[in-house]
Amino acid sequence: MSEVLALTGNEAVAWGVRLSRVEVVAAYPITPQTVIVEKLSEWVEGGELDAEYIRVESEHSAMSAVIGASAAGARAFTATSSHGLFYMYEMVAFAAGARVPVVMGVVNRFVGPPWNIWADWMDALATRDLGWIQIWVSNNQEALDSIIQAYRIAEDKHVLLPVMVMLEGFVLSHTSAPVRVPDQKDVDEFLPSYNPPHYVLNPEISKTFGFGNIVWPWDTVHLRWDMHKAMLSAKGVIRRVVREYEERFGVNHGGLIKEYKVDDAEVVIVSMASIAETAEIVVDELRKEGLKVGALKIRFFRPFPTKEVIKALKDKYRVVVVERDISLGHDGVLAMELRSVLHRYDLQIPVYSISLGLGGDEILPRQIKKVVKEVM
Amino acid sequence: MSLREIVSKPDLLLPGHSACPGCPSAIALRMALKALGEKTVLVIPASCSSVYQGIYPGESFNVIVYNVAFASAAAVASGIRRALTKKGYTDVNVVVWGGDGGLVDIGMATMSGAAERGEDLIAICYDNEAYMNTGIQRSGATPPGAWTTTTWTGKTEIKKPMPFIMLEHGARYVATASVGYPIDIYNKVKKAASLRGEGFRYIHILAPDPPGWRFDASLTVELGKLAVNTGFWPLWEAEVINGKIKFRLNPPSNKLLDPSKRVPIEKFIEKQGRFRVAKEFHLRKLHQQMDFYWQLVKAYLSISKD
Repeated sequence: MSEVLALTGNEAVAWGVRLSRVEVVAAYPITPQTVIVEKLSEWVEGGELDAEYIRVESEHSAMSAVIGASAAGARAFTATSSHGLFYMYEMVAFAAGARVPVVMGVVNRFVGPPWNIWADWMDALATRDLGWIQIWVSNNQEALDSIIQAYRIAEDKHVLLPVMVMLEGFVLSHTSAPVRVPDQKDVDEFLPSYNPPHYVLNPEISKTFGFGNIVWPWDTVHLRWDMHKAMLSAKGVIRRVVREYEERFGVNHGGLIKEYKVDDAEVVIVSMASIAETAEIVVDELRKEGLKVGALKIRFFRPFPTKEVIKALKDKYRVVVVERDISLGHDGVLAMELRSVLHRYDLQIPVYSISLGLGGDEILPRQIKKVVKEVM
Repeated sequence: MSLREIVSKPDLLLPGHSACPGCPSAIALRMALKALGEKTVLVIPASCSSVYQGIYPGESFNVIVYNVAFASAAAVASGIRRALTKKGYTDVNVVVWGGDGGLVDIGMATMSGAAERGEDLIAICYDNEAYMNTGIQRSGATPPGAWTTTTWTGKTEIKKPMPFIMLEHGARYVATASVGYPIDIYNKVKKAASLRGEGFRYIHILAPDPPGWRFDASLTVELGKLAVNTGFWPLWEAEVINGKIKFRLNPPSNKLLDPSKRVPIEKFIEKQGRFRVAKEFHLRKLHQQMDFYWQLVKAYLSISKD
């Protein structure tokens, strides 16, 4: 039987990991992610989670260890944030190239200096091009559900790419909310145990092979093309996994995107993460004033939901992107992504970019409302 | 076991690898793989070994090989080990095989972490005393007075005493070896493998490198012997059992505690082009390094007597 518990975002992620029957956890502490790895350690030591727990000496080693564990056939998990994510950056790229379907919780936080432990998207966005699937969640329920979905997507034989599940520091990580924890039996049926279909570092079940030795440029091109194809195939897999998840658990946080009153809207607020929920409140308030506004959440930032975005935005008058990041010297990252997609389909819709809430600064509905009204 | 018997064991380093003539890493790996056998996963950080194994799809190491990033080997190996253990495959050797750059310098934190956690791994460092794969740059394991492409006038600091550092982590088994003594390499790897299930094991093999040390490729083994007989590189092994250290010198180093029994260090130096830049103070430093290493040896020998 499923039950409803009051869980912080961190605890919700830990529950997702526990229900996914992860076999190897390797982790290193960093605020605001620490509760995830503390909770998992408590469960492993208490016997509630039957996993090996590697208390590594750095984030670089956390990612290295889960790569090794996954490559040897185990379902593996780690979590990090901010400086930790940057410290493991090399191995984050390696995980994708090694095609290991690991899942990582990333609790988004500003990268210093100065020391700032609050929410900012700059950490995860800097890993955009490394070959990881990225899910950005808006609430604690979605955090739990996304971890389970992430393993199904990552381990699909047409994908075999790692997945990051993003939740904003403190906004979600340290805020309690009611979360429905699914029944273990249902999760087991939804997510069968992991059996690597590509390679496994185990001489008892695999023939001799070498992985990762020198590859000529012309073969490298094929490897990158395979990764790109896997990323594109992931879109179909994500749609299917989300549908099956809804059928079994009755929850839908959106597929690649989530639309809110977009159909008849003239202006659409596009965002990700917790801002996407703020945007829905803004939409309701503006609609009361008679303005036709909708909200679109990018749930999967990679692979980018090109088809869905075009379908949702093609006849719109204006797009306002609200994001907790800035590509210094240019513009908001999400806004740039949207423009590139619209331009490719020859749609001349102005995209306005607002960078708000950097380093955990408050994001107020009235700030977003003001911009929407100005562009209408 | 005699060299004849060892050589007759199946060769898991296949013909066709692209190591340089006289490559000490290939000699050491050939011995190590004979001792380890087929049920082995080799984890190799960026190094000559990741190159000379061959180009994809070729592979001249006839075991499962995972080539990983420079600073990651012992951590990746920890993950592999734990996954295999979780799934009940305890009868497999998970082995880190790397150079001094990968294990003594950039990967040192992962070595320290894995040793402290007592991970059930064997780590083997083939120490050619510089970053040979990238073109002979100075490493923490380069000795004083050695020319490298980042110390054109000779390195001024002593060699990091890595095997002693690993011993102080409480590693289950630590040994030094030299390419000059291949039977000793075989025996030590065999010993390390026999302790599977008991924790972290480390073997540090001195690997005289013809292109990097500037000597003729026919002299690798001779230099490996001279390094030991001059007292430059003492051969020893140590076990830590329930917190007790059992340390012993191996032949021929066990006869070299008295410096007068050692071959003069000049015999070792003069055969190598890399020491041609060494000045008086470099050589003093080199002697200090040897004194320092032998002081550590004596200290551990005296602890072991208790």
